[in-house]
Amino acid sequence: MSEFLRADDVGKSFGGVHALAGVSFSIAKGEIYGLIGPNGAGKTTLFNVLTGIYMPDRGSFRLEGRDITGLKSDRIAAAGIARTFQNIRLFASLSALENVMIGRHVRTRAGVIGAVLRDRRTMAEEQGIERRALALLDYVGIRARANDSAGSLPYGDQRRLEIARALATDPLLLALDEPAAGMNASETVALRGLLGRIRHDGITLLLIEHDMRLVMNVCDRVLVLDYGEKIAEGPPAEVQRDARVVEAYLGTPSAA
Amino acid sequence: MTKNGRWLWLGFALIAVTLLLLPFALQQVGTAWVRIANLALLYVLLALGLNIVVGFAGLLDLGYIAFYAVGAYVYALLASPQFGLHLPFWAILPIGAAVAALFGVMLGAPTLKLRGDYLAIVTLGFGEIVRIFLNNLSQPVNITRGPQGITGIDPVRIGGVDFSRSDNLLGVVVSGPMKYYYLLLLVMLLIIVVNVRLQNSRIGRAWEAIREDETAARAMGIDTTSIKLLAFALGASFGGVAGGMFAAIQGFISPESFVLVESVMVVSMVVLGGMGNIPGVILGAVLLSFVPEILRWTVEPAQQALFGRMIVEPEVIRMLIFGLALVLVMLFRPAGLLPSAVRKRELTHERIP
Repeated sequence: MSEFLRADDVGKSFGGVHALAGVSFSIAKGEIYGLIGPNGAGKTTLFNVLTGIYMPDRGSFRLEGRDITGLKSDRIAAAGIARTFQNIRLFASLSALENVMIGRHVRTRAGVIGAVLRDRRTMAEEQGIERRALALLDYVGIRARANDSAGSLPYGDQRRLEIARALATDPLLLALDEPAAGMNASETVALRGLLGRIRHDGITLLLIEHDMRLVMNVCDRVLVLDYGEKIAEGPPAEVQRDARVVEAYLGTPSAA
Repeated sequence: MTKNGRWLWLGFALIAVTLLLLPFALQQVGTAWVRIANLALLYVLLALGLNIVVGFAGLLDLGYIAFYAVGAYVYALLASPQFGLHLPFWAILPIGAAVAALFGVMLGAPTLKLRGDYLAIVTLGFGEIVRIFLNNLSQPVNITRGPQGITGIDPVRIGGVDFSRSDNLLGVVVSGPMKYYYLLLLVMLLIIVVNVRLQNSRIGRAWEAIREDETAARAMGIDTTSIKLLAFALGASFGGVAGGMFAAIQGFISPESFVLVESVMVVSMVVLGGMGNIPGVILGAVLLSFVPEILRWTVEPAQQALFGRMIVEPEVIRMLIFGLALVLVMLFRPAGLLPSAVRKRELTHERIP
């Protein structure tokens, strides 16, 4: 198993709360890796320290051998990790197309002078950005809404748009924070197809999800967090039977 | 489409002809009105510069006039008897823009983590600091001559044309202020082109992303630090250019011209006209600089005719109308008189949580 992303003893506290108490795991290239656990287990905190929103108190992240611990989130994106947010953070009043075009920022170069002079290279780059953005909207299935403002899209489409925007950064690893939240059954099925396609296109996926059916169906392996600690890791079917996992979700028999 | 295009071109042509003939018409009413038009153009330059910071990047700057002051003082110090320097206009303007941009970065760097009200407070303080500095930099080394201001600033000279004198061009008398009018028009055109092109570019989109959601922008790989500093620097450099023009036109500057109210005025122009929308910002600047002057010239005669004496000073009425206009716009057109499509969406669409 080639080591693609490796987290070593990652810890993060907020005041006295140990949101992450030394979590280690590694993800293989091309894998769909699930991150589950009860509310408050530290899943989103793990995302936030991975993607540079917070600095971890201790531990390290390595992406393809390169230490990316504590980089600012724009550097993390440049290094190849893109993410979506649990509570959708689109550029709400910009159009869907503009949202995805902004995602191309990190892979393009034009500066002020290019913008003002509109030389041939800048214009070619602009066209490339727009073409790629439209293709990505097509890829996630919302091309028809390209000119609608992101905030006016239905919920499921907003989730898709966020994925398209993240894909626009050409990520190696795509980290999705509850992509199925708020989706109905048929939207979730479509999302499953989309995740499969993304993986097929060579992008590794890290997925926080509460929809267990989805997790069981798409994830190769899952990591279970509870109170900031890793309590289980493995293929979904195995983890499902793990006594500690059942306890974390349902409580101990004596307490019930 | 083609029909629309034709109408658009017709509109542009009409505006262009009007702008070109305007000073001649104004000259008939009085040279003072040409000067007022020049002042209005200067405000348009300022409003366009501030629009980059406030309208595009969403960073509220209440000390913007400081950059105008920096540009004006750079021009004044490099082209006046103060230090005996008399550099040509075309050399000073870029220097002024660069120094103002440097000041923009100086303001931007310590305020990178501030947003909204907090940023507004710091920028407001910055504006005041610059003004107070200018007021006090007469000791121990006399640089700015303090509150006395700098006099005898060189007018613009391009080739053999002196912008402070009237010339006879093919039998048509072109006065100094009229020449400045055309120069300002040219600079304005240039700055409009730069603004439009910036807005529809990779950089412009990055500014919009920061305005919409800074955390998400950063997570998408936008280096918000440098992109924000760029907004501050570019906005400031436009202010610096406007300041240089101001110093050349006036021939005299003092810190009094760069008070807080001026900053507030420019912000009001941007907000009233339509934040982020270039035609809106221009409209706001023109309205807010012309209407007070029109009042100044009509309020007194009107009162004399009605009551036989002056009851309310024009200045008082001006502030009254100004306040009322802002309140009305905020009530009925919260996105400005000519809002940008984006701002309109922002204020009409309910965000889906």
